[in-house]
Amino acid sequence: MAAVFLVGVLAFLGLRGLLVPRSFGQYGHYRGDAIKEIAALPVSYAGHQVCEGCHTEVLDVKSKGMHKGVACESCHGPQAKHADDPAAVQPAKLDTAVLCVRCHAANSSRPKNFPQVGAAEHSGGEACNTCHQPHSPAMVAGGSQ
Amino acid sequence: MTRRQLLILLPAAAVAWEHILAGTPEASPNYTMSEHWWGMLMDITKCIGCGSCVRACQLENHVPDGYYRTWVERYQVLDWTVETPHVDSPDGGKNGFPPPKEVGGKNFFVPKMCNQCADSPCTQVCPVGATFVTPDGVVLVDQKYCLGCRYCVQACPYGCRFINPSTETANKCTLCYHRITKGLTTACCEVCPTGTRQLADLKNPKDPIHEFLKNHSVQVLKPHLATKSKCFYYGLDGSVR
Repeated sequence: MAAVFLVGVLAFLGLRGLLVPRSFGQYGHYRGDAIKEIAALPVSYAGHQVCEGCHTEVLDVKSKGMHKGVACESCHGPQAKHADDPAAVQPAKLDTAVLCVRCHAANSSRPKNFPQVGAAEHSGGEACNTCHQPHSPAMVAGGSQ
Repeated sequence: MTRRQLLILLPAAAVAWEHILAGTPEASPNYTMSEHWWGMLMDITKCIGCGSCVRACQLENHVPDGYYRTWVERYQVLDWTVETPHVDSPDGGKNGFPPPKEVGGKNFFVPKMCNQCADSPCTQVCPVGATFVTPDGVVLVDQKYCLGCRYCVQACPYGCRFINPSTETANKCTLCYHRITKGLTTACCEVCPTGTRQLADLKNPKDPIHEFLKNHSVQVLKPHLATKSKCFYYGLDGSVR
């Protein structure tokens, strides 16, 4: 009887060792290694601090204008690959006529104090950067504001 | 071996066996989980409904089209419809919002995402321990352990979970755990142009969240459910569900 009990216990421990992941129960009723696996996933958005490390001239312009709080990748999209290899991966050129209206097209749902324009009557279809410098929109690049 | 020796040896052997099963925890030199307790602040008075957060989340986390880890809702509340507001969220607000159909009343945007509940209903119902709250307060899903039983999808009172069609496992906002553990902010907070979304570390005494919570009226979604949500909303209207 004792032998059967012992074999049963050993079989249980052996099977448990095989079937239950080693890190299960490390922090709670789950696989502790899952945390490390999720934390190890690669990032796509490098973060504005990384951009500002190289593009200091843009930072100088941007930090004086209304867009100082807007991160680079808000408009330029995820640039972690560009940050890893700036020569091989170049960011796509942006179309300001599409980009600016995402935030600035007049919409009565938006907060009243947020700058909004009806694009058609404001610019007549002209690209926004004809008059505005996107990195500091209050500056006039070649026309009236 | 005497019975006395056996009784002394057995507990020692059991402890040794447990240690072998648990493996050796890996050292994480730059990040200590016990030093953080993550949450999010949403200042909805600043939200312009541009959808940048939704697009960034999908690109950062490879969220399939038609599914959302975060999304933006637009509320249209007329004077007499406080309890029955009109809510729309075309494609999760990913491409912005058209002008509202009805003129007048109150219009505002509400970004939504996993509320990172400390007492989360979704983790309580998981039958296999595939979803859990980490020691730093983030609700995660172990993709290798999830059965895809959908209990958690039904249990989440905020509708923040879905079954990823490519993996057939539960999926949700990870609060960009792969970013915040590297010292970055979440993708949605990174790209938010108005500062509506702000990542908050409630265990960091220098985090501005403490000053904000002290001096502003904030609310969580569905507080009556006592999920200990860590997604704090400033400027939340009573009509928001």
